[in-house]
Amino acid sequence: MSISRSAAQVVKRKKLAEVEWKVIEDFCKGCNFCIEFCPVNALEESEKLNAKGVHPPKLKSEDACIGCGLCETICPDFAIHLDKKESEEEQ
Amino acid sequence: MTAMQEFKRHPLAKYLRVERFPHIWCAGCGDGIILNCFVKALDDLGIDMNKFAVVSGIGCIGRAAGYIACDSFHTTHGRPIALATGVKLANPKLTVAVISGDGDLFAIGGNHFIHAARRNVDMTVICSNNFNYGMTGGQSGPTTPLGSYTTTTPYGDIEHPFNLVHLAAAAGAVYVARWTVLHVKRLTESIKKALQKKGFKFIEVISPCPEVYGRRNKLGKAVDTMMKYKQISEIRHGYDPAKAEITVEKIVVGEFVDIEKPTYGELLKKQFMAVQQKLKGG
Amino acid sequence: MSMQREVLTGKHLMQGDVACAEGAIAAGCRFFAGYPITPATEIAERMARRMIEVGGMFVQMEDELASMAAIIGASWAGAKAMTATSGPGFSLMQENIGLAVMTETPCVVVNVMRGAPSTGQPTEGAQQDVMQSRWGSHGDYGVIALAPASVQEMFDLTIRCFNLAEVYRVPTFLLADGFTGHLWERVVIPSPEEIETVQRKKPTVPPDRYIPFKPDDDLVPPMACFGEGYRVHVTGLTHDEYGYPKTTDPQIQHKLVNRLCNKINENADKIIMTHEFMLEDAEVVVIAYGIPSRSSLNAVRKARKTGIKAGLLRLVTVWPFPEKQVEELSNRVKAIVVPEMNCGQVVREVERVAKETPVHFLSKIGGELHSPSEIFRVIRRAAKA
Repeated sequence: MSISRSAAQVVKRKKLAEVEWKVIEDFCKGCNFCIEFCPVNALEESEKLNAKGVHPPKLKSEDACIGCGLCETICPDFAIHLDKKESEEEQ
Repeated sequence: MTAMQEFKRHPLAKYLRVERFPHIWCAGCGDGIILNCFVKALDDLGIDMNKFAVVSGIGCIGRAAGYIACDSFHTTHGRPIALATGVKLANPKLTVAVISGDGDLFAIGGNHFIHAARRNVDMTVICSNNFNYGMTGGQSGPTTPLGSYTTTTPYGDIEHPFNLVHLAAAAGAVYVARWTVLHVKRLTESIKKALQKKGFKFIEVISPCPEVYGRRNKLGKAVDTMMKYKQISEIRHGYDPAKAEITVEKIVVGEFVDIEKPTYGELLKKQFMAVQQKLKGG
Repeated sequence: MSMQREVLTGKHLMQGDVACAEGAIAAGCRFFAGYPITPATEIAERMARRMIEVGGMFVQMEDELASMAAIIGASWAGAKAMTATSGPGFSLMQENIGLAVMTETPCVVVNVMRGAPSTGQPTEGAQQDVMQSRWGSHGDYGVIALAPASVQEMFDLTIRCFNLAEVYRVPTFLLADGFTGHLWERVVIPSPEEIETVQRKKPTVPPDRYIPFKPDDDLVPPMACFGEGYRVHVTGLTHDEYGYPKTTDPQIQHKLVNRLCNKINENADKIIMTHEFMLEDAEVVVIAYGIPSRSSLNAVRKARKTGIKAGLLRLVTVWPFPEKQVEELSNRVKAIVVPEMNCGQVVREVERVAKETPVHFLSKIGGELHSPSEIFRVIRRAAKA
């Protein structure tokens, strides 16, 4: 019995790092680990189907991700990575 | 951008043989997480990949060696530790890790495990424990829980499983830890600690096998198994490994042994110096 | 760095096993992993003492499977590596011998053969593992095996084994027998400058252009070892030229396995070594290897004294089998005699190649050597027939 956090509300927490959340959609196999274990419920299944016939994850909102990196490491398929955002000084 | 082009931009891509991805593991298999934590650890430590060797055995997790961009050897079933012993002793400058499965390391490879631990050969051994022989369709192995269903125990397993951390500690390993693939941060830290320590280090990683073991034992989806790990695992550093048997109600995780002991290589070097001294004098 | 002499130049009275160990050291062997087994234990014991003196590594592994695995690992880490065993251990090593073949790992395996099958006769010499050395591991492949017939050859041929292993990237066997292993004889060890040692071919291109299992014209790929920056992946699975597993492509299996066989077959002329005695006008030829060749030589001389045109072809290389030479001989001699300390192994190769020429087999198992007289009697019978 899985308890999907897809439907749960995003938890507001202080950001740990300024990152851009990225998913390599066609690598996703739909295991749902990222969605279930994101500590702030920032992820949900997207509507679209990828090449494997599963719904890859997406952020519920742009500022939902706190940059903890859990999804990046817990993804068995290396489908998620967090890119450091350039700071305003660097831009 | 194609998926492959995107993947080449993954921060860990430089540690992987990207052209061989996506990997062969099933959806929800923990082996991908073990690989992820492992290369993350390499990245965090800034390991020199030209002086790093991975040796793996036969089984799903054994394929990990072929995905990491370093010198690697995918051996015959059960023999990675023996082969790794040869690699390390012949070139002590290499950092050597063995990544293999519960059956490969503890059934056919059991003898090599206990002796390398006894000798305290400097290597880090990571065991993906998914409680069966997944690659060949789900046969029972030395860690299959009592009563479980596998293709070779269709009426339920009547053999008691090993307690791997107990075995490793008893055989003489200087670092013994157990995590599940849910504990990604702690597992990564454990791997980092092990790679930096001298001697025979062992990390057991409990991993879901949703397509084979999980399906046959009606464990639900992989994410359900992960939820179960969350419910029943307890972090108890320093716990007596002899008491850390895995049951349906409890998985004790953490670092159980962390000691110092001269390694085989160190003792050999000491002996070499002594012999050379004697030859000079005599 | 080491103080003790690596090559014990000089004249010695030495045991066969000890000469073998010294030959390995002279060849550059710096890694030995083994397990005690009669009558090969003395090789391990000598290595236990000498490896540390010359800056090498000795480790007594927990069994023969581990020993074979360890020498493969050591070879890939750049060392010249050896193990030594007898029949029962040799059987245990077969799977990893296949791994060494498949991964093209240079290494030397000494089998000091004893009475077999099974536990058999630990203290009696035999030649009962010859076919096993050729076909012992599952699958099709080629190997090299040398048969010493004296303590001097235990030294010399061990060096040759290492050199052949390095050139052809293949496990090379020294098929000694229990008698030669425990025999004490005079050995002359030359100075290091006089000993030719060969190193494995190294890549001539940088890592980004290196294709680990792409062979040169001699069918042997250059070998990059661990720690040299080439980051090679080595697997026992059927693999492509990059070393990556490709198990469902018939073309890849076809190409790889045929090359592993042809690597030896097509280079056979360079590998095969035989010694000929009085073959030019011979009518009856004894084909022998190992210690029976000594009794054979005596028998051949005796036969010549009685007017029989006898000769001896001694096989130093048993595998690859010297087909061309034996075929050519069979075309011009009346009969062939093959004495072996088994129930018929190399004789089958002789029969296969000799076709119509009568072959007389003289089996001797149990721990006794063929006497020159009994070989002579067979020569005489063959000459009369």
